[in-house]
Amino acid sequence: MKFSLLHATRILKAGWKNIYMHKLRSLLTILGIVFGVASVISMLAIGEGASFEAREKIKELGSHNVIVKTVKPPAEATSQQNVTLASYGLTPQDLMKIETIPSVEKIVPTWEDKMDVWYMEKNLPIRLVGTYPEYPAVMNLEITKGRFFTYIDYKLAHPYVIIGSSVANQLFPLEDPVGKEVRIGVNYFTVLGVASERAIVSGVGFEAEDINFDVYMPLTTQRMYYGEYSVGEKGGGIRSSDMSWVRYHRFIIKVSETEKIVTTAAIVEDTLSSSHKKPDYEILVPLQLLKQAEHTTRIFNIVLGAIAAISLIVGGIGIMNIMLATVTERTREIGIRRALGAKRKDIINQFLVEAIILSAIGGVIGVFLGVSIPAIVTKFADMVTIVTYWSIIIAFGISVAIGITFGIYPARKAAWLDPIEALRHE
Amino acid sequence: MEAIIKLENIVKTYQLGDIQIPVLKDISLEIERGIHMSLMGPSGSGKTTMLNILGCLDTPTSGRYILEDTEVSSLDDDRLSDIRSRKIGFIFQSYNLIQHLTVIENIGLPLFYQGIDERIVNEKSYEMAGIVGLKERIRHKPTELSGGQQQRVAIARALINNPTFILADEPTGNLDTKTGKEIMELLANLNQQGTTLFVITHDSKIADYGRSVVRILDGEIVRES
Repeated sequence: MKFSLLHATRILKAGWKNIYMHKLRSLLTILGIVFGVASVISMLAIGEGASFEAREKIKELGSHNVIVKTVKPPAEATSQQNVTLASYGLTPQDLMKIETIPSVEKIVPTWEDKMDVWYMEKNLPIRLVGTYPEYPAVMNLEITKGRFFTYIDYKLAHPYVIIGSSVANQLFPLEDPVGKEVRIGVNYFTVLGVASERAIVSGVGFEAEDINFDVYMPLTTQRMYYGEYSVGEKGGGIRSSDMSWVRYHRFIIKVSETEKIVTTAAIVEDTLSSSHKKPDYEILVPLQLLKQAEHTTRIFNIVLGAIAAISLIVGGIGIMNIMLATVTERTREIGIRRALGAKRKDIINQFLVEAIILSAIGGVIGVFLGVSIPAIVTKFADMVTIVTYWSIIIAFGISVAIGITFGIYPARKAAWLDPIEALRHE
Repeated sequence: MEAIIKLENIVKTYQLGDIQIPVLKDISLEIERGIHMSLMGPSGSGKTTMLNILGCLDTPTSGRYILEDTEVSSLDDDRLSDIRSRKIGFIFQSYNLIQHLTVIENIGLPLFYQGIDERIVNEKSYEMAGIVGLKERIRHKPTELSGGQQQRVAIARALINNPTFILADEPTGNLDTKTGKEIMELLANLNQQGTTLFVITHDSKIADYGRSVVRILDGEIVRES
């Protein structure tokens, strides 16, 4: 028999007709495939989203960086005073020691405090960051308007600030912020530039922080206007206010080569542990965090993948089940077709095409569902999800493959029926 | 007249456990082109087995079956299917129409498996529906037709591939006498126009329509007339 496109279309049409005849049954049959395909796509979208977040976070922290943060040590039980002056964290001595490590290319310290920034009658809570002019370089921070402060601004302690994109948007919705004066506390500063918008990332293993609300100024300026003390927001009035004296809040250490990141982190740890008796610092290695995040994502993917696989297999069994029922139901029809000249191959085609149509319809519905679920997850669970086109192709391909795999047995069973027996079947 | 079918010493034995059941014992028969032959015998005489072998649905245990120039007895399943689709028209007692297909689709079914263009199939099916007088009913489903009409559809279906011969198995078995007579007259009429007809029946009235009657009993041909 010659095989033509026309003939294939007729087989497809006949298959579709049979499926359409049993609409409800067909719909129930494909549910397994629908959920299987949907879960494959959503799983990949959520996994992809998580690793995207991790990559973004690394970009934000700098993949070549080791970050040392000041943390408040646990309060000592002996301290009974209401007003305390806690002194802790990273010191200029630490800075000098770390600078001498050969693999350290650059070290940028910061001093940070939560404050309010004012422009006209508008105000906004921000994080003030006093730092070095190299900060944008090590943190991959881009300046969209104006410029960052320079070494000279730093040396002369100019009253300049660079504001994050959200600060710019909220304080200057209609104006160009560059050159405007803003007030922080009781002091006025000139806006020198605006930093580009950065994704808010809350991936596995990281704390969420929105650096779009940062305001940067030279460390010298910051020291001049605000010193090194900060008042904690403990509440309970002045008597229980919690003052702290912190020299630096963060060191951003840029390492010369990727291979040396982990070793450098270990050396930094060694250096700091000898002079810090209290655990008042924390070392973050973005690269290691990335690996951790990738590991977590992988486990997540395996678990979800297993669920999706089970769902698809169950879907396939559903199709096989219904196809076997169809074969039994249509035994006489098979006998008639065989008597009228259908070859075994024709019967196989007929039933296989039906199984494939079923699973492909399931696949298409599953794709739609699989694209919608991540969107819903993003909306309600505030997670980044990314539906990649190849995940759709894979999922749809799997659904068709399932149709073939689980359709072949019933189809063969139909084809190998004895036509004489089949004709006699009631 | 040339013989289009030659059966030579056909034997068919069924194996039932350890017991061999001979159903056809040494049958030799020639069927000529254009003839209307009836095969008559009581139930259990081997009529159905004869039908299966003649219809290329089954192969004999031994013996030769030559259909036109083809030795059919040793062909594989695909070749047998091919012969069924090109050379044989089947008419069954219970019509054997496919219930979810329309009349015209049922009529065209044998051509479907020859891979013929749908448009040509439809034209031809329509023509066949005309021959059996069902032109008005081509869009109906078999369940919407009477028994006699269903059998007419089956006849049209048997004719569409222009077969070497038509094999009818109790064509009137499910019909009342009057309708049965109409069907037999239709078949006889087709035979007049040159269609070779082989009718299997247990009813002597039906057998008598044939120009030649073969009687079978216990797997052997007892009389040819």
